[in-house]
Amino acid sequence: MKKENPKVLDPKSDQGITRRGFIKGVGTGAAAVAATGALSAPAPAESAILDSHEMHRATLKVNGRLFSLLAEPRWSLLFVLREKLGLTGTKVGCERGECGACTVLIDGLPRYACLTLAVEAQGVEITTIEGLMHGEELGAVQQAFLERDAFQCGYCTPGQIVAAEGLLRSNPKPTPDEIQKGMSGNLCRCGAYVHIFHAVEDAAKARDGK
Amino acid sequence: MGKSSDQYYEVQEEAVHEIPQPGEPPKPWGRTGVVGKPIPRVDGYERVSGTAVYPSDLVLPNMLYGAILRCPHPHARVKSVDIGKAKGMPGVHAVISGFTQGANPDWVYSSFAKVEFPTKVFDPHCRFEGETVAAVAAETPYQAWDAAQAIRVSYEVLPYLVNELKALEKGAPQVHEKGNLVAEPQKYERGDVARGFAEADKVLEMTFHTACELHTPMELHGCVANWEGDRLTLWESTQGVYAVQSGVAKALDLPLSKVRVIGSYMGGGFGSKLRAGKYSVIAALLARAAARPVKLFLTREETYLATGNRPPSHMKLKAGVKKDGTLTALDFSCVGTGGAYPADGTSLVDWVVRDLYTCPNVRSEMTDVYIHAGPARPMRAPGHPQGAWALEQMLDALAEAIQMDPVELRLKNIPAASQARPGNPPYTSTGLKQCLEEGARVFGWKEAREKLSGQKREGHIRRGVGVAAALWVVGGGGPPSTVVVKLFADGSVNLNMGASDIGTGTKTVMAMVVSEELGIKPDLIQIENADTGTTQYATPSGGSKTVPTESPAVRAAAIEVKRLLLELAAAELKSEPSKLELKGGEITVREDPSASLKITDIKELGKRGVIVGVGYRGPNPEGKVVNPFAAQFCEVEVNMRTGETRILRFLGAHDSGRVLNRLTYDSQVIGGLTMGIGLAMTEERVLDRNHTGKLVNRNWHDYKLPTSLDVPAEMVSVPIDPGDAEANTTGAKGLGEPVTIPTAAAVANAVCHATGIRVTESPMTPVRLCALLAGRKKEG
Repeated sequence: MKKENPKVLDPKSDQGITRRGFIKGVGTGAAAVAATGALSAPAPAESAILDSHEMHRATLKVNGRLFSLLAEPRWSLLFVLREKLGLTGTKVGCERGECGACTVLIDGLPRYACLTLAVEAQGVEITTIEGLMHGEELGAVQQAFLERDAFQCGYCTPGQIVAAEGLLRSNPKPTPDEIQKGMSGNLCRCGAYVHIFHAVEDAAKARDGK
Repeated sequence: MGKSSDQYYEVQEEAVHEIPQPGEPPKPWGRTGVVGKPIPRVDGYERVSGTAVYPSDLVLPNMLYGAILRCPHPHARVKSVDIGKAKGMPGVHAVISGFTQGANPDWVYSSFAKVEFPTKVFDPHCRFEGETVAAVAAETPYQAWDAAQAIRVSYEVLPYLVNELKALEKGAPQVHEKGNLVAEPQKYERGDVARGFAEADKVLEMTFHTACELHTPMELHGCVANWEGDRLTLWESTQGVYAVQSGVAKALDLPLSKVRVIGSYMGGGFGSKLRAGKYSVIAALLARAAARPVKLFLTREETYLATGNRPPSHMKLKAGVKKDGTLTALDFSCVGTGGAYPADGTSLVDWVVRDLYTCPNVRSEMTDVYIHAGPARPMRAPGHPQGAWALEQMLDALAEAIQMDPVELRLKNIPAASQARPGNPPYTSTGLKQCLEEGARVFGWKEAREKLSGQKREGHIRRGVGVAAALWVVGGGGPPSTVVVKLFADGSVNLNMGASDIGTGTKTVMAMVVSEELGIKPDLIQIENADTGTTQYATPSGGSKTVPTESPAVRAAAIEVKRLLLELAAAELKSEPSKLELKGGEITVREDPSASLKITDIKELGKRGVIVGVGYRGPNPEGKVVNPFAAQFCEVEVNMRTGETRILRFLGAHDSGRVLNRLTYDSQVIGGLTMGIGLAMTEERVLDRNHTGKLVNRNWHDYKLPTSLDVPAEMVSVPIDPGDAEANTTGAKGLGEPVTIPTAAAVANAVCHATGIRVTESPMTPVRLCALLAGRKKEG
């Protein structure tokens, strides 16, 4: 798997997060790639370059369970979660990091699964909306969204809930301003934002009480 | 049966309603026990847990993924399509184009005004960027896209027209052979406008413009298609399964019984998913060609190009008013475009001008033209927010001209009848006055105006308040609708209806109506909906008509179940049905409460297994109009240096008749306000008029929706129910669309109050506002 493949080279490879650096950074699983933030670091020179059209084994830890599958390097985590693992709570809205419908937690931080490659998401803890449940019971944020009617069509809702969960894990007592800001990476076309703010406030209180 | 049926029922003293005489409609509810309460959604668990299966979530065994290749030019003719390379690519199972035998059925573009234009699903004459050219089915979406990119198409690129204001100029590129005029301009006139202006103390004339908006619901447009022999099933993200069924059956020349459309959950539509799309048909064609199920959901970019829009409106309005606030004349004109095919480009833009306020002399003329852009689809209150943008800003300007409070001016001109309809039929109810008065009271309108006018105009942060009002041309619903309510032997209930729940809470509201009549707890009602194979006929959920259409049918079905239940119980209690009442799961003889029977004790029910009640939607009152009304208020803060506007608070006072669920009602109000803020502040489709004719902003990064940072944390809903015993048997009127009609105009009025500048073009971006502020400085 260490062969060079010029197809994946990016002509602008000396700037920012390039496709080349991206693929390189993923390596063969040994390279520690945590959240997407780490990808701006230059790839180690000895890293392997994956063949873009060959299948590679990827082992993903999702909601505490390990899943192993063959994936093309270009497959997004979103595609694998929904279409291969059957975890369709994570929704697809834009596939370019604009709407947040695909938000999952990676090591506890909200990330867009559409901008995360599946092969890149190895060695980290992935949490989806399904992972916020306690068996059949709703988690605190989910319960608050339900009670506050913090949604209409419900399609952006799992992403909103996961984003709120991430916000509350890093900031258990957010101010109203921090909630508005913290939720601004998730679009809701039905326009349920105000009820979402209320739900996040309620969830913060409920988590505090536990 | 583990549980006793007692636990399924609640005693709601208020909610014991009489059964009407056979053939008679039920009386309006007086007090209610369940209806009106803020009850969380019956399907809330599914939606927040991630277990609700939306059409785009479905994964069938052996399923392929579809992709559509679209024309990159605003105007071109397809000369040839070479699918040779694509066909041989890894994972590819089907490639179809206009040149594939049997894979290019007829497709009719048509407006809701029934102007039709026949084309093909893959028509060689592409009249907009994003028109369909070919399609692929492959084992992964990645492979499908690879193959779509490998299709070689030879185009003859033709001259394009994307500026609607130049459509009727001599020498403009022609969208259709008969020219760029969709139809003769639509004209309306009442009274004598010239006389009206002569009688006025003040006459103002202004031009207004609203940008083209795009629906962009969160769930993409598309479906999963599966054939079993010659029977087709589509799981489609749609507002109306029956409408998709008929569209697809027509395109594929199939009997309706061979097409089943299922769409129990769907992720938003706002009018863009009312009918079948070409994608519905293409998914079926690909599935047939590959002999495998196919999932075909568009990319976000494709939805920007080809799934509809709110047309841009260029409006002129001249208005006359007397010093005492009497409106004397309104003269309105509008140019708009529904894109490349008949698509209601100016439909209903003039309606609020014609009908919102008392005015004896009104004239309007609307001109709908073709351009080379994707066809419009109805978008949340078609035409109305545009017309309100013009009319409601004009009302504010008139108020200023005669030095009258803007709320007072509106209150001066409230009609009791619809003046725009022949014969001036009265409204069954109008809460416009209460919306304005009660809204102003709760908002603190007078206090805010006084406080702000007393402020010194210094510093670069300026505050202002604004108001705007609205009505919605329909919103009363009407027949047809059929609903079935089944009562199981243990007393629990199944509710079967064809209507989609597009996020407004339809399922919850209807369960509450059943609960109101039968006393059963709403969460014990199983709901089947939006499936042409198993549920009853319903028109698409649009036009703010779902609650006023379906809730009376649901009520009728529940009453029918109650009637049958009392008949069975009467036989066993040796009494008369009319002497019995159902309360808390028990049937009691009214005059002898000791004689009673639990539902589960009715032997005949146990024997039959279920009781079935069928309900139909009765007719609307003759000679009367059922319309919802609204007034909205907001406060803004404008940065005079940067042109940035912050909306500080909003209030929506809505007369949509009886509130059936206060929680989902409020959700609709804040949702409508939010979408209206988009029209006011951020949303604008930009076509490259000068160089390519292509769409410039084709994603959510470049075409901005309001985010959580663009809405005020304070949004207040003030329901106004004047009481409507005539509209229908639940007294509810539509809400989903009126909530977004006056919003943008209210913001513009507040910005004007804050800055003294009237922004007549939407959206009021910082760049636009800055330019206007700079212009004023120069003049000053």
